[in-house]
Amino acid sequence: MTKLTYERPVIQKLNTGTMNKFGSRTEYTPVTHIEGVSVKSLMADYGSPLFVISEPQIRRNYQSAVRAFKTRYPKVQFAWSYKTNYLNAVCNVFHQEGAWAEVVSIFEYQKAIKNGVPGNKIIFNGPDKSADDLRTAINNHSLIHIDHFDELYMLIEIAQELKTKATVAIRVNMDTGIYPIWDRFGFNYENGQAWNAINKIMSAPELELHGLHCHIGTFMLSAGAYATAAWKLCDLAWNVKLKWNHMIQYLDLGGGFASANTLKGSYLQGSDIIPSTEDYADAIATTILNFGFKPDELPMLFLETGRSLIDDAGYLLGSVLATKRLSDGRRATIMDFGVNLLFTAFWYNHKISPAQEFSHHTEDMVLYGPLCMNIDCIRESINLPLLSKGDQVVVHRVGAYNMTQWMQFIQMRPNVVMVDAKQNVHLIRTKESIDTMLRYELVPEHLEQFKL
Amino acid sequence: MKLNKNIAVSDNGFIFNPLSGDSFSTNPIGQEVIRLMKEQKTKEEIVKTLAQKYNSEEANIEKDLVDFFQMLLSYQLISEHE
Repeated sequence: MTKLTYERPVIQKLNTGTMNKFGSRTEYTPVTHIEGVSVKSLMADYGSPLFVISEPQIRRNYQSAVRAFKTRYPKVQFAWSYKTNYLNAVCNVFHQEGAWAEVVSIFEYQKAIKNGVPGNKIIFNGPDKSADDLRTAINNHSLIHIDHFDELYMLIEIAQELKTKATVAIRVNMDTGIYPIWDRFGFNYENGQAWNAINKIMSAPELELHGLHCHIGTFMLSAGAYATAAWKLCDLAWNVKLKWNHMIQYLDLGGGFASANTLKGSYLQGSDIIPSTEDYADAIATTILNFGFKPDELPMLFLETGRSLIDDAGYLLGSVLATKRLSDGRRATIMDFGVNLLFTAFWYNHKISPAQEFSHHTEDMVLYGPLCMNIDCIRESINLPLLSKGDQVVVHRVGAYNMTQWMQFIQMRPNVVMVDAKQNVHLIRTKESIDTMLRYELVPEHLEQFKL
Repeated sequence: MKLNKNIAVSDNGFIFNPLSGDSFSTNPIGQEVIRLMKEQKTKEEIVKTLAQKYNSEEANIEKDLVDFFQMLLSYQLISEHE
C-alpha cells in the first residue's frame, strides 16, 4: 500500500481582532524553477546554499531603465556600480549592454580594467584614492570624482608632477528634503563649499572640470528628491558657465533607486510603495530640460544606479537544517544560510518562498541562519508552510550588495551560478574551501608545534 | 495521553476550550492525533499508527509528536505531557 504524504501535526490558536483592511499576503506559492531551470537540480548540482543570478533579468532591467531615461532625455549614459555586485560575469553583462564602470576603490578600478573597460569609461568615485591610485586614473584618462579638498590638492600636485591634465568632477552633497542628508561625501551645496571647490578647480590649469556628481541617498522612496538634486547641479553648472564661460559636459545623478524589497518597519510591501524607474527618470529629465540650457549645451546625464538593476536578478537557495520550539512557543526554523551570506537581511524583510509543494497549512516562525551567533536572524517573523529538515527555500531579490558584503564568518562562501537566456547554468564563482582560507595565513615557526 | 475535560473537537479540525474560551485549528494529521488521543492511545501507539500510514520514519514522527504535545500543554488542552 502506498503511504500518504507526511506533514507534521500543528495546532494554532485562532485570534480575532487583528484584521486590517489590507489583509495579509501569503508568501508560500512554491518557486520550483528560476528562468526555467529547476531549483532542485541547481541545488543537487551546485550545493546548498547557492546564489543564482538570472542573466536575462539583468538585461531586462537594464534595457528597461535605459528606455525610461532615453525616451525622456537625449544624452544618457549608465555606469555599472561595481560595489553593488562586482562578480565579473555580472559586470560584463552590464558592459555588454553598454554600461561604463563606476568604482569606489582601486580594487574595483583594477577589476574594471581587467574586465576590459577602457580607462576613459571608468568613473572613479569615493573618499579613498591614494596618490598612486590617482596617478593610475590620470594616466588612463578616467573620470575622477573628487570627494574632499585633501584629494583636490593632492590631485593638483600629481597632475603637475605628471605634466598632464586630469579629467575631474566633484561630488556635491545637498539638502533635497529627505533625511538623512548624505553630507559625509563630497562638497556641500548650501554652504558654498561646492562652489569653492569648483572655483579652485577652474583656476587650476592641471584640472579639467567635466562633470558634477551627486548621490543623494540609498533606497530613495521619493522621486521628487531627484528633481531637487538635478536642479541644484544645474544651478552650479549654470554658474560655471556664467563665471568661467565653461560648459559642464555631464551631470551624474548617482544612484539610490529603490528595488522592490520590503524595508524593515515598512507597513506595506516594497513593491507597493517604491517609485518606478519612469518616476525617477521623469523627475530628473524634466528638471534638466526645463532649466534653460540651449539644446546643444545640454549636459550628458550619467546614472550609477545599482540596486534596482540587479536586486531582482539574484536568488539565494537554501535548505532547512532544523526546526525547534522557542521558550515562548514560537516556531524557529534554522536555515543553512544566514546574515553571513544575506547581509541585506539587516535591512529588508526578504520574501522567501518554499521550493516544493506544501499543504495550505502555514505557521508563523522565526528564521535563523546557521551561525552560532545571536545576530544571525533572517526574518523575525514570517508565515511559511510547515517546513521540516531538508526542505528547500528560495530567497528573492538578493542580487544587490549580498555578493559584495558577504562575510567569511564561521562558514565559507558558497557557489554562485548564472542562468543564461538559453537556460544554461554557468558557475561564476566557486565555493570557498579550507585551502582558500589558509592560503593567506602564516604561522610563526615557534608556533608550529604543540602537545596536548 | 488524554485531552482535558470538556474540550470540544469538530470533524473538520476546530477545537474549542470552554474553560478558556480559546479556539484552535489543526491540520489533518493533527486531527488524527487528537482522534487517537480520544481513543486513549499512548504516545508510542500513536507513533506506530502514523508510521504505518504515512511516509515518514518513527523517529521523525515522534519528534514532531513531542512538539505537538508541548503545544497542547501550552494551550491547556492537556494537563501533563511525559
